[in-house]
This record gives sequence, structure tokens and C-alpha cells, in this order.
Amino acid sequence: MSARFKPGDRVAVRRAYPPGHIRTPFYIRGKAGVIERLCGSFGNPEELAYGRSGRPAQPLYRVRFRQDQVWPGYTGPAADTVDIEIYEHWLEPA
Amino acid sequence: MHDGHAHPHPTAPDHDGPLTDYQLMEIAVRELLIEKGVLTADEIRGAVEAMDARSPAEGARVVAHAWVDPAYKGRLLANGTAACEELGIDMGIVKLVVVENTADVHNVIVCTLCSCYPRALLGLPPDWYKSRAYRARTVREPRAVLREFGTAIPDRVAVRVHDSTADMRYLVLPARPAGTDGWNEARLAALVTRDSMIGVTLPRLP
Repeated sequence: MSARFKPGDRVAVRRAYPPGHIRTPFYIRGKAGVIERLCGSFGNPEELAYGRSGRPAQPLYRVRFRQDQVWPGYTGPAADTVDIEIYEHWLEPA
Repeated sequence: MHDGHAHPHPTAPDHDGPLTDYQLMEIAVRELLIEKGVLTADEIRGAVEAMDARSPAEGARVVAHAWVDPAYKGRLLANGTAACEELGIDMGIVKLVVVENTADVHNVIVCTLCSCYPRALLGLPPDWYKSRAYRARTVREPRAVLREFGTAIPDRVAVRVHDSTADMRYLVLPARPAGTDGWNEARLAALVTRDSMIGVTLPRLP
């Protein structure tokens, strides 16, 4: 599967709340960040968790977010960040 | 007290209440795997023993090697999995990302969703790493959490939190302490603590 995003691209995490085994933390849904790297392609955990094949494999990215844009009232310096692994189907261009 | 001797023996409460659903499920699956000949009881015991045998000494060996060999450090940061395998460490299916502490960046690792941890390099995670408080607060107020570990990161240094949410595992490569010029790898490795590779503290000082 070819990767839709490349390092440096601005992306937003889908604001969605489906039931099931989801590896996208609640606190980052709806937030925008920058692709730090492509980690490779991996079986989709939302399928694997229920005994299905997980195919097609999903590109997995590390996305870097500014802490002061993730947490209202974050008191640390503007350079503080949080890096999170997110599967491609959770990301859209921002 | 018994038989008249007065010193108290330390006791821990027994935790042998009824099994939880998940404990019962584990026992049922394990027994089925053995019954069907997929695994033997000794193989399961051996896997648990191997899990318990891993320790932060493996991670410290990797860090110390990276401190003395800049080419190795480059390979470790580019592909953590391959670089650990180069030192004979079996990483299994885990993909490792190594993040480097520098003069400008301090890294700290957390898994907010569960307790993902680079077990091949650090052994079993400490209880606090699995606690809700650490998992919730490290992403939200990392500097306050670090201060509680005795680690004050100045504002000119960015704090970079890594939330281990999916298929990667993380290891912090701490900065080599000053005053260790000419030290061999074994001596350097003794400075590299488990917590410094999680990123909640810095290596020991020489």
C-alpha cells in the first residue's frame, strides 16, 4: 500500500468515535500536527482485535503535535511536543 | 506472635480470591493449547522465564555502545531494531525507535492506551509505568511528572513526549555524561539506568 503522506506534511486526526479496539487516543482526535516519519505498514489493529486478517496493511505514521495546541492552558514552552503513532485511515490533510 | 518469640514477621496479604474472567480465560486457553499439542507446559514456562530474565542491562549495553561508536549511534537512530539485533539482542516482532536526548531536546516515553514497553531491552515495566496517573499525566503535564521524579528540565530544552500507541516501541538514548572521556563500555553502561532510558531521569553522574 502506498503512503498518502510524507514527513513534513500537515495532517489532522479525524474526529470520530467508533466503537471497538482503537489505537488512536481520544485526546488527539480533531488535533492537527506534522508527519514526523512513516513507520511502515502494519495490520489494522481494529480488525486484528476481532480475529480478522487486518489486511490491507495500513501505513503507520509518527505525527508530532505541539503540546500548547493539544492541551488548553498548557504551561510549558511552545517547543514542547508529543509524538503519537497514528494509522493512515485516521488522518486527513490539514 | 507464636511460641513466645516476640519479633513480628512481615506478612503480605494473600491475594487468592476468586479468579477474574480474564484469568480464567488465560487458564482455559493455556490448557487447550497444551491439550491440542500446540505448546508444551515446559515451553510456556520457559517463555515466562525468558521474559523475567530480561533486564535493563541489555538497554544499557546498547546505549554505552552508541556512546563510544558514532557510526553505531547513527545506525541505532536510523533503525533501532536492526542496530539492537547487530548486538545479538532478539527483538522479536517489535520495531524499535530510539530517540536521542540532546542539548535542546529531552525525550520521555509513555503508553497512554496500555503499557507498551521495550521489554527486550528493559525487561518488565515498573508498576508506576503502568499506573493510570503516569499514563494520563505524562502526556498532559510532562514537566510536572518529571519534577516528581527529581528531574528538572530547563525551559530552553524542549520536552518531547512519545506516546507508544501502536506497533513501535521506544528507547531514550540519554546524553553521555561529561567527565567520562576514555571510559570503556562496561563502565559507561553502569551509568545507564532503566529510568534514564524511559526518560524520567538522567544517567548517573561519574
